[in-house]
Amino acid sequence: MSSIVPAARSNLPHPELRVQRWTRASLTFSSATGVLVVLLALVPFWFGPNVTEKLTELFVLIILAAMWNALAGYAGLVSVGQQAFIGIGAYAVIVLTDHGINGFLAVVLAALFCGVVSLPTSLLVFRLRGGQFAIGMWVVAELFRLLVTNDQSLGGGTGVSLNVLNVYSPADRQAYTYWVALALLVVLMLVGFLLLRSRLGASLQAIRDDERAAESVGVPVLRAKRIVFLLAAVGCGAAGAITLINTLIVTPDSIFSVQWSAYMIFMVLLGGLGTFEGPVLGALVLFGIQQEFQNDGSWYLVGLGVVAIVVTLLLPRGVWGWVVERFHIQLVPVGHTVRSLLRRTAGR
Amino acid sequence: MTWINAIIQGILLGGLYALFACGLSLMFGVMRIINLAHGDLALVGTFMVMVVAQHVGLSPFAALLIVLPGAAIVGYLLQYGLFTPSLRGGELSPLLATFGLSIVIGNLLLEVFSADTHSLSAGALTTASWRISSQISISALSGVIFGVAILVLGGLQLMLSHTQLGRMMRATADDAATAELVGINAKRVYAVAAAIALATAALAGTFFGMRSSFDPTLGPAQLIFAFEAVVIGGLGSLWGTLVGGIALGLAQTIGAQAFGAGWSIVCGHVLFLAVLAFRSQGIFAPRQERA
Repeated sequence: MSSIVPAARSNLPHPELRVQRWTRASLTFSSATGVLVVLLALVPFWFGPNVTEKLTELFVLIILAAMWNALAGYAGLVSVGQQAFIGIGAYAVIVLTDHGINGFLAVVLAALFCGVVSLPTSLLVFRLRGGQFAIGMWVVAELFRLLVTNDQSLGGGTGVSLNVLNVYSPADRQAYTYWVALALLVVLMLVGFLLLRSRLGASLQAIRDDERAAESVGVPVLRAKRIVFLLAAVGCGAAGAITLINTLIVTPDSIFSVQWSAYMIFMVLLGGLGTFEGPVLGALVLFGIQQEFQNDGSWYLVGLGVVAIVVTLLLPRGVWGWVVERFHIQLVPVGHTVRSLLRRTAGR
Repeated sequence: MTWINAIIQGILLGGLYALFACGLSLMFGVMRIINLAHGDLALVGTFMVMVVAQHVGLSPFAALLIVLPGAAIVGYLLQYGLFTPSLRGGELSPLLATFGLSIVIGNLLLEVFSADTHSLSAGALTTASWRISSQISISALSGVIFGVAILVLGGLQLMLSHTQLGRMMRATADDAATAELVGINAKRVYAVAAAIALATAALAGTFFGMRSSFDPTLGPAQLIFAFEAVVIGGLGSLWGTLVGGIALGLAQTIGAQAFGAGWSIVCGHVLFLAVLAFRSQGIFAPRQERA
């Protein structure tokens, strides 16, 4: 893991500068994350299904937050219709298992299928900009909800339950579900991380900061956006598929509900739009709120909406954005820090 | 005959969609904001008319005289309190703020009025109809709604092209900073546009409530129909919005006639996507084709 890339190697005009990607904080944090993943993988051996079921819900929220952040925070695509892919992911599992495919394998295939669906979708909705794109995606989600509702072989409006996982004992099923969710979470976060550190990531961060300026210096804006749209579709599809195998029942009205968009927007805004760490923080907060207030019906959604408005107006970079600004911490090294070599040789 | 009936119903329904859409179109045209709470705000108008009608004992039409000015004031205040501040945060902020507003309103309505369905009685208009032949008749209410929609859209178009306020709105829409240089108070123009948008939304919401039963969850659907009407008709033209609304209404009623009631809205969405695919500038694109 070479932590320091000398700028001189790329013939930059300032040999006294170096570009730093890893810092002590981010190295420590990344190692801690590795340990945490190992510990999380062991959870089913120590705790019962009620714990793993809750944690699976949390993993779904983190995936959703990360995907929505990739869309809005980096590609500038505000979508209120990502529930289209959540729903397709869940129903794809139903269809695949009906054709005899193993339930857990079907989760992965369903997520990839959402990626396939996202490509023709992007051809249509990318003709819309800004707010029009947002509602355009909503139309797409509504269309898929209605198509599923009209399809009696998928249970129509009353929904359908997933029975194939009954071949496992309930404890085994819950543990496998948990591991699949954890694995998909880790893979999706890693892909997101590597994507942001790649050349494309630099493009995306440029688009995030100023789309027009990025385009004018030759950033392939449309291609970058399409790749992120694809990744987000796969991630949201995975989230929907995991939700199905975690709850074993799905109705079109719940899985295609715009409430998913409300959750995603809340998590990302609160945590910090356009930061890697913020959405995870937002997901943890939403998870906590859900445990506490979910049974209070609509009032809790009113609260989420109010917080989303207030954060948009007063804290546009969210909690984590504020922390970064204030303390200059970056735990996940997706950015570049330029440091002077001269200062160090000057005896500091 | 049933087909002719479906076509007539579709055209009349389209008038209502155009009425929903004109406020959305105006706000987008003047300040480039897509108000994601438009449908929910319209539904607030519906419920307010219901409450006023019930508690004061007025007919819904009389209640409109109280609710429409109220809606305009709410629009004016929302512009200063929410839309303008969110515009400062960049392109995405108004979307996020208005989506938050949509969630808040939708769920507040659910808390206050429960998920029960409600209805507004339009009195004698509800049952009256004009008979055209033995099988075709036009409901008086649908006809009145269509007529009002044309009056409102035509009035807005006249206002935009011939009045001082209209000129100020167009100037601000083209370039707010330059408009301010020549003495236009852009924030006030925005607020007036938002006031008009909310009043038309409340009017559309009330007509919607007279046509069919409603519940607090229907706001987003109205937003989507309004948006589809705007895009199908072509952005930036109010007559285009009327054409778009009618096209959407026709797609829904003809779709229902051809494939059954469950496919009505699907056909509307498909028309919208088809327009995006084949004619993304809309059926009725404005004359000036600028880059």
